Amino acid sequence: MAALLGRLCRKLVFPGTTHGAKRLSTSACESDTVKSLNLYSAINQALHIALETDPRSYVFGEDVGFGGVFRCTTGLAERFGKNRVFNTPLCEQGIVGFGIGLAAMGNRAIVEIQFADYIYPAFDQIVNEAAKFRYRSGNQFNCGGLTIRAPYGAVGHGGHYHSQSPEAFFCHVPGIKVVIPRSPREAKGLLLSCIRDPNPVVFFEPKWLYRQAVEEVPEHDYMIPLSEAEVIKEGNDITLVGWGAQLTIMEQACLDAEKEGISCELIDLKTLLPWDKETVEASVKKTGRLLISHEAPVTGGFGAEISATILERCFLKLEAPVSRVCGLDTPFPLVFEPFYMPTKNKILDAIKSTVNY
Amino acid sequence: MAQHLKSSSSKSAFLNILKHKLGFVSPSHGARHLRQNLPHGPPSIGVSQNPISRLCNTMAEKLSGIGFHEDVNNQVMDFPGGRIAFTPEIQFISESNKERVPCYRVLDDNGQLITNSQFVQVSEEVAVKIYSDMVTLQIMDNIFYEAQRQGRLSFYATTIGEEAINIASAAALTPEDVIFPQYREPGVLLWRGFTLQEFANQCFGNKSDNGKGRQMPVHYGSNKLNYFTVSATIATQLPNAVGAAYSLKMDRKDACAVTFFGDGGSSEGDFHGALNFAAVMEAPVLFICRNNGWAISTPTSDQFRSDGVVVKGRAYGIRSIRVDGNDALAMYSALCEAREMAIREQRPILIEALTYRVGHHSTSDDSTRYRSADEIEWWSKARNPLSRFRTWIESNGWWRDEAESDLRCRIKKEMLEALRVAEKSEKPNLKEMFSDVYDVPPSNLREQELLVRQTIKSHPQDYPSDVPL
Repeated sequence: MAALLGRLCRKLVFPGTTHGAKRLSTSACESDTVKSLNLYSAINQALHIALETDPRSYVFGEDVGFGGVFRCTTGLAERFGKNRVFNTPLCEQGIVGFGIGLAAMGNRAIVEIQFADYIYPAFDQIVNEAAKFRYRSGNQFNCGGLTIRAPYGAVGHGGHYHSQSPEAFFCHVPGIKVVIPRSPREAKGLLLSCIRDPNPVVFFEPKWLYRQAVEEVPEHDYMIPLSEAEVIKEGNDITLVGWGAQLTIMEQACLDAEKEGISCELIDLKTLLPWDKETVEASVKKTGRLLISHEAPVTGGFGAEISATILERCFLKLEAPVSRVCGLDTPFPLVFEPFYMPTKNKILDAIKSTVNY
Repeated sequence: MAQHLKSSSSKSAFLNILKHKLGFVSPSHGARHLRQNLPHGPPSIGVSQNPISRLCNTMAEKLSGIGFHEDVNNQVMDFPGGRIAFTPEIQFISESNKERVPCYRVLDDNGQLITNSQFVQVSEEVAVKIYSDMVTLQIMDNIFYEAQRQGRLSFYATTIGEEAINIASAAALTPEDVIFPQYREPGVLLWRGFTLQEFANQCFGNKSDNGKGRQMPVHYGSNKLNYFTVSATIATQLPNAVGAAYSLKMDRKDACAVTFFGDGGSSEGDFHGALNFAAVMEAPVLFICRNNGWAISTPTSDQFRSDGVVVKGRAYGIRSIRVDGNDALAMYSALCEAREMAIREQRPILIEALTYRVGHHSTSDDSTRYRSADEIEWWSKARNPLSRFRTWIESNGWWRDEAESDLRCRIKKEMLEALRVAEKSEKPNLKEMFSDVYDVPPSNLREQELLVRQTIKSHPQDYPSDVPL
């Protein structure tokens, strides 16, 4: 019976299986109740819903049993049982490898990597197994039910191994998707989409926002489509593109720029792979200027991919070179974090110099 | 399939004998006993005498009677992980047992049944199929190998010398058991019904290849036969198999996951991760190591310093057995028992099948550069798994020379025809390059396909003509 319900529920929330799945409008659905939640609570809600709606879904990773080091998995083991929500040994390659096997048998495996900084032992499994599972088998097999969640990004005192933004490594791997939410409401909807997407997905959660960000989050089951960027603030003079926690900083820079008469258009990319080129292109064709900002080191960062693509598509419309305001090419430092980070004023300076080019 | 032990002993006695021979319940594998001068000296440091119970030494709350009692001074080692007897002596556990773990075999080198051996009875039908499939595999390998040498195939890797591991283990399983192979186990597919034509189609990457021409030869896969597609990365399939086994357990299936790897694979991190996970998750998975003595040119002496791979199971709390991989009957029996244990007790089992890689690592390798031709010859002839099993089935009256020559003749013909058909067949359409990267091609791939097609129009000479557009 539960399995049948699970299947029914899946039908209800799966409007389509393409990456351009129709958005379930947050206002039009079953219930309009919202609750003020922080990021980890929103993620926790998404996980509860995921496990509730599909009896063949599992959540596991280091320390998830008691709720996880960031409390994202609170209450899941109590509610769904230790067979479905469990601690794993301390072995990322084992965790992801196990998750791939579970997913390959048609289950949803929602894997937690404790910090994105520790995802690398699983890189082989992600690149050589997960990303190629469907392709190499001629679509006889797939591990689309795999979702890997990991906290990423600066936290103020994280240093080398609690602050990394490794998204660029994964954006270079055909066969997986990379998604980064900017806020609690976005996180819940995007995570549910990732879990239900028929492709393996890496979902980076901005740990800085776990407690810091609080937002009204609808309580019902909703999904935000993947590979659709969102213009979160309209403007005419310059396009800014970012993701995750960095958008908050960029938003502040935009407000400051506005005071100096510069109208900024701010885009949340949300899905980095495959990314929504059309939305960014349309914006840059309007504004003629592009600035990308991310915490990850500038060299080889994902900003380079966006810059190169936009140059190809919008060259004649560009009034200035594409600007990248990013982390520096150093391991993420502790004492020097304020110098390393792409801060609001660095972005503001870059906005101004781009506009005045 | 109905089977019973061919022996007067009961099945549990068989298991106990196995375990005893393996030293599973042996208390003193290298560790010195406590001195006698302790007042209420606990008996020997050892593991539970109950052969079925698990080593629960990491779970304080699952404390089983380890067989000692607190002494008058109330000194008990009660660290997390359960109570432990202490010793005032400096004792190191030896790096190895005094003797190597013995190897289970049933047929001697000449194919004669060893007296008092315990094995699982196999019917004439199954035995003949085991033998015929070993022959088929051998012929297929030889023909494909030659085809590569002639330039008709880009690459090939044979299974020569390891036919018994392949076929006999497959015979012990059911079609619902899911297989996670390395790349030297096409025999499992063969047993399950993969046709010579299907093998050839994959090797030629033609439009009938299940894999749609995306991978090198011998990277087979079949959803229908529950055989996950081969990937060349070593041992990555091991943790995948554990996850699959867990799925079977949760779905309450009467099935297990089975994964193969070589002696080289046992050095990979994924081996460690997988075995540890399997034990903790109590997953019904069989880990079958084909210890064939070589990882390309690296002999096992350069691979590990343990007594092979079987002893590593204990480190993870996994029941293990060492088997003569060239003895089809022993392999079959061990696998039957292992499978049953894995499913009934929801536990992993490690099987180290000792064998020899008679062929080169692949067609890109010339193994005479690192081992003697004599050694290869000896294993190919004197220690041939096929002839051993053939002797046994003939002794049962289940096989004759005539049947042999008929079979070989038929298979050779079929094989050559399969090659011919596969070679002539069209390759998959260009669109299959872009499909299946994701469930649906995203915009960047749709764009790239258009660009490639344009380029092909401009420079057709740069592109192979046998890929239809």
